[in-house]
Amino acid sequence: MLHSPVLRSVRLGIKSLLLHKLRSLLTTLGVLFGVSSVVAMLAIGEGASAEAQEQIKQLGSQNVILRSVKPPEDLVSNQSTRVSSYGLTRLDFERIIDTFPWVRRAVPVRELLQEVRHGRRKLNPRVLATTPDYLAVTGRILAEGRFLSQRDEDLVANVCVLDDEAARYLFPFDSPLGKRIKIDADYFTVVGTLLPRVRTADDPAAAGAAVTGEVLLPQRTGQRWFGELQVKIRSGSREMEEVQLHEIIVEVDRPEHVPLVAAACREMLRRNHRQQDYEVVVPLELLARAEETKRIFNIVLGSIAGISLLVGGIGIMNVMLATVTERTREIGIRRALGAKRRHIVMQFLVEAVVLSVGGGLLGILLGLAIPWLVEWYADLRTIVTPEAPALAFGVSVATGLVFGLYPAWRAATMDPVEALRHE
Amino acid sequence: MEIVASLREVSRVYKMGDNEVRALDGISHDFGAGEYWAIMGSSGSGKSTLLNILGCIDRPTSGSYRVRGQEMADLDDDDLSELRGRHIGFVFQSFNLIPQLNVLENILVPLFYQDDPPPDGEERAVALAERVGLGDRLDHRPLELSGGQQQRVAIARSLINDPALILADEATGNLDSHTTEEILDLFDELHAEGKTILLVTHEDEVGTRAQHVMRLSDGRIAELVENGGGR
Ligand SMILES: Nc1ncnc2c1ncn2[C@@H]1O[C@H](COP(=O)(O)OP(=O)(O)OP(=O)(O)O)[C@@H](O)[C@H]1O
Ligand SMILES: [Mg+2]
Repeated sequence: MLHSPVLRSVRLGIKSLLLHKLRSLLTTLGVLFGVSSVVAMLAIGEGASAEAQEQIKQLGSQNVILRSVKPPEDLVSNQSTRVSSYGLTRLDFERIIDTFPWVRRAVPVRELLQEVRHGRRKLNPRVLATTPDYLAVTGRILAEGRFLSQRDEDLVANVCVLDDEAARYLFPFDSPLGKRIKIDADYFTVVGTLLPRVRTADDPAAAGAAVTGEVLLPQRTGQRWFGELQVKIRSGSREMEEVQLHEIIVEVDRPEHVPLVAAACREMLRRNHRQQDYEVVVPLELLARAEETKRIFNIVLGSIAGISLLVGGIGIMNVMLATVTERTREIGIRRALGAKRRHIVMQFLVEAVVLSVGGGLLGILLGLAIPWLVEWYADLRTIVTPEAPALAFGVSVATGLVFGLYPAWRAATMDPVEALRHE
Repeated sequence: MEIVASLREVSRVYKMGDNEVRALDGISHDFGAGEYWAIMGSSGSGKSTLLNILGCIDRPTSGSYRVRGQEMADLDDDDLSELRGRHIGFVFQSFNLIPQLNVLENILVPLFYQDDPPPDGEERAVALAERVGLGDRLDHRPLELSGGQQQRVAIARSLINDPALILADEATGNLDSHTTEEILDLFDELHAEGKTILLVTHEDEVGTRAQHVMRLSDGRIAELVENGGGR
């Protein structure tokens, strides 16, 4: 049985290449590095933009987020107990609501350091005092019950909403709806629970392992029971903090107004704060930054890939030219025995492609290992899409074809008589 | 008698700068089917050049060459390749087996390149290997065989396409007298079966085994000799 001509050419190509194992291996290195760069580049770029996309989804693409940031400690005050006052103020919030165009709505968020109990179960969640718009602005979804309402605000009601994690920890066996939990010294009725959200590295809740779960209170309720001062106990020293608002989430009416509102916020804060005790996070800017990172990675790795493939391709061409010369007599024999020019072209082209694809396959393996290492050491997220190895494979086949063509053509156009006479 | 190969005023001129070498100079001859010819002559007399043209790996500079009635000038490179693969068997002085292929694969090479190869190629190759006494060496590489064995593989290879013309250029030139004898016996057998054989040689002992002898001198036919009785 004669097998399919292509398969036979591939087998023959492998056989011929195995006659010079080391030479063949060295020849594949260029393609190997080129292809692995392609795979790694795509994985890192993909990871960066997926990360950004997720952050944006979570932070809201039409939002501008203002956060309080504790300024660097002034070295003058060195007592064990002191009050540091910093961060966003209610006045900032009022200014944004009242004077900024294009702002659809804004929610203030104040974070309280409180312990939460139900029966004998204790939890240290993020206790957030905020307004009813919080739900819509953050895009979070109710699991059960209802969210905080304007009526709760007006009545300064002792109600709260639990996120999935807090609900499951405090009420492992039954629904928390209508139950009361204790925050500090007071009781609060649970009126609703939230679905969990996907966490990213940028999520403050994920950063500190001690903080688990979220409990949401009406803003005025929080203010009434817990005041403005908070006590932090840190390495033996008591530290008092006065922060009016920890976060202001501003929702803009249309995406194209986001940069304008962000600029206005920055300008407003710069004018009204004596120190840099705030930050402005613009999810859309995160996307732009991620795209920039991706672009730089693509340029760097793309150049490495391009140069490696070029060098690899030239290496293949060089070795194939040597092979063709070495096997001049074989070419003559095959021509005398009936091989047409296209058969000879095919034979050497297949051999070149086998070389480059061999390098390509090894390169794909290396290219899959690089993102894995990057993820491990550089803490960058990477995503290997199925298209990446496919593209890399295609690139290696193309390299073999392009750089194998000239040697193959040289082989095919030899004069059979001359070739047979070759020593 | 059927004519397999027909030469009319065939010349082959090599141009080397200003001077030209007339390797063949107006050769006209018909080779009939089933004939066994020895082509002889001193070195440089044009024997190999003639055989290359007869084998369609070289073209005459002028004149006409017909193989099995086909005018060579009418055929392009692919047609000539197909013609060689189907109707011509080559046996070379230096055996010219392909080193990375084993015995069986070497015998099969001419069938690889035919437009529609016969379905029973592999069986035929095995039968031919057995016929030349190498049935137990099918998976050996050429370098693992003696010269005589290699030449027998080459003969098996030249027979795989059931050729109209077997061309052998100094086929025994690299072999000792005993092995030469074996190979010549094989050619005798093939001749007895009705194959057309053209054998280039400069050894008289080899030449006398053929039915006819063509003597070349300076690219011309010097004499045609019938050997004792013929067959
Ligand atoms: N490619 C070539 N270029 C130039 N001259 C050539 C070429 N091939 C053959 N010749 C010349 O043609 C003439 C015939 O050569 P050919 O090889 O046919 O001789 P030959 O009879 O086979 O000799 P030998 O017995 O030595 O093999 C010689 O003079 C040779 O120098
Ligand atoms: Mg010769």
